[in-house]
Amino acid sequence: MSDEIKKFGTLSRRGFLKASVAGAAVTAAPTILINKAHAYINEPKGGTVTLGFNVPQTGAYADEGADELRAYKLAVKHLNGEGDGGMLNTMTNKALTGNGVLGKKVAYVTGDTQTKSDAARASAKRMIEKDGAIMITGGSSSGVAVAVQSLCHEVGVIFMAGLTHSNDTTGKDKRKYGFRHFFNTEMSGAALAPVLEKEFGNDRVAYHLTADYTWGWSQEGSIKKYTEALGWKTKAAVRTPLGAGDFSQYITPVLNSGADVLVLNHYGKDMVNSLTQAVQFGLRDKMVNGKQFQIVVPLFSRLMAQGAGENIKGIYGSTNWNWSLTDEGSRAFVKSFGAEYGFPPSQAAHTCYVQTLLYANACQMAGTFNPCGVIEALEGFEFDGMGNGPTEYRADDHQCFKDVLVVRGNENPSSQFDLLKVVQVTPRAQVEYPASMLGGELGECRA
Amino acid sequence: MEALLLQVLNGLDKGGAYALIALGLTLVFGTLGVVNFAHGALFMLGAFVAVSVQNVLTISKKVKDESITFFDAYKETPYLEIWWGDFGSLIIDFSVPIAILVAIPVMLLIGLAMERGLVRHFYKREHADQILVTFGLAIVLQEIVKANFGANPIPISAPDAVAGSVDIGSMFGLTGVVYPWWRILYLCFSLAVIAGVFAFLHMTTFGMVVRAGMHDRETVGLLGIDIQRRFTIVFGLAAVVAGLAGVMYTPILPPDYHMGMDFLVLSFVVVVVGGMGSLPGAVAAGFLLGILQSFFSMNEVKQYLPGIDQIIIYLVAVIILLVRPRGLMGKD
Amino acid sequence: MHQIITPSSRGKDLSILLIFIAVVLTAPLWGSLIGAGYPDLLQKFAIFGLFAIGYNLLFGLTGYLSFGHAAFLGVGSYVTVWSFKLLSMNVIPAVMFAVVFSGIFALVIGFLSLRRSGIYFSILTLAFAQMSYNLAYSVLTPITNGETGLRVLRDDPRVIDNALGVTLEGSPLGDLFGITLTGYAGFYFCAAMLILGFWLSLKIFRSPFGMKLVAIKSNQTRMEYTGFNPRPYLLSAFVISGMYAGLAGSLMAITDPLAGAERMQWTASGEVVLMTILGGLGTLFGPILGAATIKYFENIFSAINLQVLENTFAFMPEWLGGIMVTITRPFVGEGWHLTLGVLFMLIIIFMPGGLIEGFRRLSRLFGGKKAASETPAAESEGGVK
Repeated sequence: MSDEIKKFGTLSRRGFLKASVAGAAVTAAPTILINKAHAYINEPKGGTVTLGFNVPQTGAYADEGADELRAYKLAVKHLNGEGDGGMLNTMTNKALTGNGVLGKKVAYVTGDTQTKSDAARASAKRMIEKDGAIMITGGSSSGVAVAVQSLCHEVGVIFMAGLTHSNDTTGKDKRKYGFRHFFNTEMSGAALAPVLEKEFGNDRVAYHLTADYTWGWSQEGSIKKYTEALGWKTKAAVRTPLGAGDFSQYITPVLNSGADVLVLNHYGKDMVNSLTQAVQFGLRDKMVNGKQFQIVVPLFSRLMAQGAGENIKGIYGSTNWNWSLTDEGSRAFVKSFGAEYGFPPSQAAHTCYVQTLLYANACQMAGTFNPCGVIEALEGFEFDGMGNGPTEYRADDHQCFKDVLVVRGNENPSSQFDLLKVVQVTPRAQVEYPASMLGGELGECRA
Repeated sequence: MEALLLQVLNGLDKGGAYALIALGLTLVFGTLGVVNFAHGALFMLGAFVAVSVQNVLTISKKVKDESITFFDAYKETPYLEIWWGDFGSLIIDFSVPIAILVAIPVMLLIGLAMERGLVRHFYKREHADQILVTFGLAIVLQEIVKANFGANPIPISAPDAVAGSVDIGSMFGLTGVVYPWWRILYLCFSLAVIAGVFAFLHMTTFGMVVRAGMHDRETVGLLGIDIQRRFTIVFGLAAVVAGLAGVMYTPILPPDYHMGMDFLVLSFVVVVVGGMGSLPGAVAAGFLLGILQSFFSMNEVKQYLPGIDQIIIYLVAVIILLVRPRGLMGKD
Repeated sequence: MHQIITPSSRGKDLSILLIFIAVVLTAPLWGSLIGAGYPDLLQKFAIFGLFAIGYNLLFGLTGYLSFGHAAFLGVGSYVTVWSFKLLSMNVIPAVMFAVVFSGIFALVIGFLSLRRSGIYFSILTLAFAQMSYNLAYSVLTPITNGETGLRVLRDDPRVIDNALGVTLEGSPLGDLFGITLTGYAGFYFCAAMLILGFWLSLKIFRSPFGMKLVAIKSNQTRMEYTGFNPRPYLLSAFVISGMYAGLAGSLMAITDPLAGAERMQWTASGEVVLMTILGGLGTLFGPILGAATIKYFENIFSAINLQVLENTFAFMPEWLGGIMVTITRPFVGEGWHLTLGVLFMLIIIFMPGGLIEGFRRLSRLFGGKKAASETPAAESEGGVK
């Protein structure tokens, strides 16, 4: 496909008349000649390099998408040497100099994924085919991330994933051209388990409510695996339809099941609804087996916590990053984001900002925008000062390995943003796993 | 036994909600013959009346959190609490009941404006045109809400006294039959509203004229009765009912701008299964679908029929429509 | 309401078809004028145009409003990807299987749903489609790969390809005897299908079969009194439109080898209804126009961000540019839904016949026969309003 795109990419620049008139005849033309003229797709010409920001602007994750977009714009500013520089001042192992990337000014185009695979791919294709984007990034769901990642791999454009938490993104469905900074369900499980053991003991009976799609299953599997290793039993794992709205028919069976922990493998609206309703059913006031009933939400975000309001207080979960962190990198980012927009960034914003900087840095290191060079620079890249401690982009699966935050809904927030309290930073060594565990095949870079 | 009883309760609760949400839709179709795709938007607007009321009641004195320097973070204390202490807190606590009172005039106005400004001109047009224009309106309404309130769900709590749950079982000597107060209230509320609408249509002269108009608009018009004005009021009434359903649902489902679309398909299924335009039909269908959905979500059932809870509503709809050509209680 | 279509002269239909072909084939040219001149969007124009043409054969001609046609589109996509996975990357078997399977699926659903009419029919189709969607998203994941979507993988069996010794170079992509159907090649393949679909639709419009369908729409009861049984005709129309949807779904999977469940959701079915009405229900060209309009908004308007707006109005004095940006901002980027909603309302309020009606009025406005003959869309529609 890359060959075809290259060829037609050239044509599109030369004008459409030829393409339209020649039609099928052109398609049969040999590709070799044009390939030489073009080393790789969308090679930046002139003084700018264009990045494609593909985020949900409509639908349930629109607010998260809006926050991602804010972070991207901030990153572009910092890359071009405007503003206060943000994390560029704290990043270690840095090749960037703050005057664009490889001397080119960074420009960007935006698109709406609608949190649908089809729409996300259409939007990414527009950026690649029409706007000449050299890299695609963003998104707020694993289904979309996997779909866009494989598209980018086929076309030969780098994809820097946004918020995607399913193991598959860098497991079963990993791709040579795709990179993920965000953590995954495996790491959530590994990070949460010790805290759950400490807080709730190792004689617990868990009941899972799981969103009935790939991410939900991935998380259910990981949490089960790690809690059962603690000695917990799993009473039942019930699948709930995506967007069920009213979860009462799934919550009532929990009441008398004998379980004393409810694990909600839901995200977004589903999580806000199921948690709100579970609390209404008095689950948190219950005593079961002589123990206080507990609810766990393995994947947390501050935006979701906002939606759940009071109900989030005291609930444990994990998160990729939180603005209240006090390390140098986090402070620098929160400072410039806060100054620009007047409120703190979300974890989605953080991961997107970092991804942009990492990509730009890799280009600078490689000395080229050629994806193969960039991939080489990113693989195994180690850095610090970006909010998560020492981090490595593992070459085997393009997954970032870093500390994971275990958080609790804040019982006594000091401000409207102070919703999550970091209870533990689980060190990277504890959440690491061999790349072979999740399978998948990266494929090759086609230079 | 307890599990079964709980699912019956769930079913009734769902049924009440479905019936209430669908009531306005069937009313409008039955009287005006309009397929109103903006019905879900009315439901959503009702919910956002509750959000607005809560926002107004909790207008707060903001004390800056000085420890945070990068942006302005506030610890907020509502003025009502500052001024009136516990009484102020009590008012805020009752924001949903207050929202119900506010929603009635607000939704009535919205309904009247919609009928006068738009829907009226589409009585004689084809269903296709009605669908497109009301769908367009629904999109516009929800985008306006999104622009003002964001896309994230907004938490709304029921008054403290009814926020928890109650042990119903103990009254009957059963253990473990616990059910949230608010859901019980919702069921009672929807039964009351449904009864009210029935009474209005069957026991008042106004209602009789409207029902006559449903059967034969032209003859009623020939009798010199201004049926048009009454239809306008019926539309307003439908908007109020949809809005109230929305307000009451907020503590169960934190509202977001898209919730109307999420319930649109469901309300159409309920209305059609009940028989388009039939009020008792919509109520019966609401309860039937609610109870069946609850039962088929039980683990014991899902074990044998995986995924059945995902499709049960549609499956029931198909069976009923194939067996009964006009739904449960539809007229020819 | 419906004039009987007088069989037009062959010559006129031929010129309609020729003009249509010319417009479609030059799409990359005029597309680039409105910022739509890139393969993916042009493919979408053709694919959804085809979907809408087929849908129009049911809804436009018979008045039966199906709310479940996205299910057939989904089936077409899944079958195509499975054909890629199991048999061959060649698109010919893929398209054939997709059309056949979606036709069978439509036959079953149509047979049951057409036992009812009006809104009851609509809800039956909706229910079938929603069941398909919900199952595809969850328990049918082994067949559909659920949320992630079904993809073609390098290590799929592809028995025919293997038997013929065809090896895969690079990523597995739809292939027509050596031509990879992505980019503009993909567009021209879709365009060829669109032209074929349009031609067939033209034939159906003009045929006795088409006239019977219109007669069913205008008065089914009367038709039944004359001893005429409309069901076989309705079922045929339903299956044909289901096959169009299957073909569209197949083309989606050919130009981009992925099939996702959300293609079958009720909103997707609703979209084709909106496309058809927006463009002009029951007209030859309307549905294509409606499809293109909606896809254009989805892809182009959603991409306009503040930066783009500021550049657009940069030629104005700063204060005026600022005002323009403020005014237009809510309607573009994340506000593209709003624009679409407003557009639906305006069109249906002021142009009850959809976009086609607008063109018809324009041609009348700019005078006389000449304009009319230049816009065959307006002329040829005379039959069905």
